[in-house]
Amino acid sequence: MITGKTWKFPDDINTDLILPAPFMYLPKEQQARHVFEANRPGWVDLVKRGDVIVGGRNFGTGSSRPAPLALNALGVGCLIADSINPLFFRNCVSFGLPALECAGISAAFEEGDVAEIALEKATVRNLRTGETLDGVPIPEALLKLMMGGGIFPLLESEGLIGPGSDSKSA
Amino acid sequence: MDAGLDSQHTGGRQNQLERKCAPMGMTIMEKILARASGRETTSPGDIVVVGVDTVVLYDGNFFPAYWREIKSVANPENVVVVYDHRAPAPDQFCARAHSVGRAFVEQFGIKRFHDIGYDQGIAHVIVAERAYALPGTVLVCSDSHAGSAGALNCAARGTGGPDVIYALTKGTTWYRVCETIRYDLVGQLRYGITPKDLFLHIAGTFGNHANYNVEFGGRALASLSIDERRTLATMGTELNAEFTIFEADGILDRYVRARSDRPYQTYNPDPDAVYAERRQLDLDTIEPLVALPDRVINNSAKISQVAGVPIQQAFIGSCANGNLYDLQIASEVVEGRRVAPGVRFLVTPGSQEVYRDALKAGYIEKLMAAGAVVTNATCGACQGGHMGVVGPNEVCITASTRNFKGRMGDPSASVYMASPATVAASALTGRVTHPGEFLSMERAG
Repeated sequence: MITGKTWKFPDDINTDLILPAPFMYLPKEQQARHVFEANRPGWVDLVKRGDVIVGGRNFGTGSSRPAPLALNALGVGCLIADSINPLFFRNCVSFGLPALECAGISAAFEEGDVAEIALEKATVRNLRTGETLDGVPIPEALLKLMMGGGIFPLLESEGLIGPGSDSKSA
Repeated sequence: MDAGLDSQHTGGRQNQLERKCAPMGMTIMEKILARASGRETTSPGDIVVVGVDTVVLYDGNFFPAYWREIKSVANPENVVVVYDHRAPAPDQFCARAHSVGRAFVEQFGIKRFHDIGYDQGIAHVIVAERAYALPGTVLVCSDSHAGSAGALNCAARGTGGPDVIYALTKGTTWYRVCETIRYDLVGQLRYGITPKDLFLHIAGTFGNHANYNVEFGGRALASLSIDERRTLATMGTELNAEFTIFEADGILDRYVRARSDRPYQTYNPDPDAVYAERRQLDLDTIEPLVALPDRVINNSAKISQVAGVPIQQAFIGSCANGNLYDLQIASEVVEGRRVAPGVRFLVTPGSQEVYRDALKAGYIEKLMAAGAVVTNATCGACQGGHMGVVGPNEVCITASTRNFKGRMGDPSASVYMASPATVAASALTGRVTHPGEFLSMERAG
C-alpha cells in the first residue's frame, strides 16, 4: 500500500516538461532540480518524499528519456493519471517508478488530498472523500519488475551488467 | 527472467476467446509479433516476449543515467551504434559519453558503428539507409522515434534505455499486442504538399492514437517513396501510437535489395484482419498545414490562420524531415532568393550520406546561396540540444518532430511545426508563409 499527499497536473504533460532536454543527460540528482521548471517552477522545492502525482490524460507523452528516474530522485512515491502514455508507462516499469492508470482520478482528487494506492489490486482511495476508484490492472510480471526497481537491478542480479554510477539501486 | 517475462503471458482482452474459437485474420503487427515470439497467432491483449533482431544504441544511451557496465552481449553482430543526439560532442559531458560508447564498441567488436565521420547520421535514417531495419524483423532502440523503421515493414517503437540494455544482454524484449487503426491511402499529394502535411492532417483530425498500432497501406502507397513513408512512420510517435507499420510492396523490396543481401520476409495483413477502426485518407485533398505551438495532436491549423506571424528561426532537419526529398523541396522554394533579414535558416541533413547526395544534386548550393546554414547530420536543433537552440520569446517554425513547450530551447519560445516547403517559404519572408507563394503547386506531385 502506498499513501501520499497528491499534486495535480493537467492533461498531456510531456517528457520535455518533466525532464527538459538540456538536462536529460545530467546525473539524476541534478536532473531532478529541473523537473516541471517550465510549467510549475519551484515545485521541486515543495514536493516531499512519498508524495503522489495525480495527472490527467496521456501523462508522459513525447520523448523517451529517463524521466521516471528524475521523479524517483525527487522521492515521488507513485504516479496516478487518468491515462499514462504507453511509452512513459513502459519507462515507469523499466526504471521502477510505481505508476497506475486510473480513469476519473483527476476529477476525484483535489490537490493536497491524500491517496491510498493498492497497486496489486489497482485501486486508489481518496482518504478525504472516502471514494475508491478502480484503475487498470498491471500484469503481474510487469508489476514485479516495477516494484523491484526496474530492469537494472534484475540484470545486475543475473550478472549481466555492473552497478551503475547513477542507478536507483546505487 | 525473474519477473516472469521469459514465459509468454496471455493478457485479458475479451475478444481473444472469440478469436481462439474462430481464427481470424491478423494485422501486420500481429503477424510479426507472432513470428518473433514463436507463436502461431497473437491478438490484442497478449504480452509477448520476442527475439530481437537488431539493437540500436545511440550516444544518449552512454550517459550515466542510462548506461551500465555491460558484461555480456547476446548477439554482437546484431548491434548498431550511432552517434546522433549530440554529435559532434558539444561539451565535455557528451565527449565522455562518446568515449564510453567507443570503449563498448571496441570491447565487444561491434562492426556496425557509425561514429563522427563518413557513415554518421541520425540513427533512424542510418537503419533505413543501410537496411539494418529489415522487413518482418524486430528492432529495439530507446529513442522515441524508432518507429521510423516501420516504413520498412520492420517492427520498431520507442522503448527506454533499460529496455535496450535488456535486449542487448538477453536478446529479447516484451511487447503488449495492441489493436490497430488502419489508414488506407488513396489519391496523390499535389506538388509541394509533403507527408508532413498529411501527418498534420491526421494529427489534427484524429488526435490521440494511444494504445493503438497504426498501419498504413492502400492504393496510394505506391506514390510515396520509402523516405516519405519514413516521415509518416516517424511521426507515428507524435500520435502516441504504439507501433507504426507500413505494408510491404515492390518499392520496399527494391529499396532493401539495393542495400542488403540478408534474407528477410515481408508481412502484409490478412484480408480479414481485425481493426479497431479503418480510415481512408484522400491525398488529393491534403493542403499545407501547421501545428500551433506547444502541442502536436489536435493542434493543426491552415497556414492562412497564422500567416504573417513573424519568426526568428526556421529549421529543417531531424529523423522525420532531414531526408533528401525534404532538402530538394526546400532548395526549390529558396532558389534564387534570399532568407529574410533577422531570420536564421538552419538545415540539418539526416545523415552525412543525405548531405553528400544533396551536395551532388545541387540542393546544398541553392540553400546556402539563399543564406541557409547547413549543419552536419545530428538531432541538433530538433531536440534543443545544440546547433540552433532558440532563446526566450523567440518564434521558430520547424520541419522536425515536435513543437512541445521548451523542446527547442527556452520554454517561452513559440514553435510552429510544418512541412519543409512551408518552413523554407517562411524563412524567405520572415513570417509564417504558404509555400504556394514561391512554388507552383498545381501540378501533380
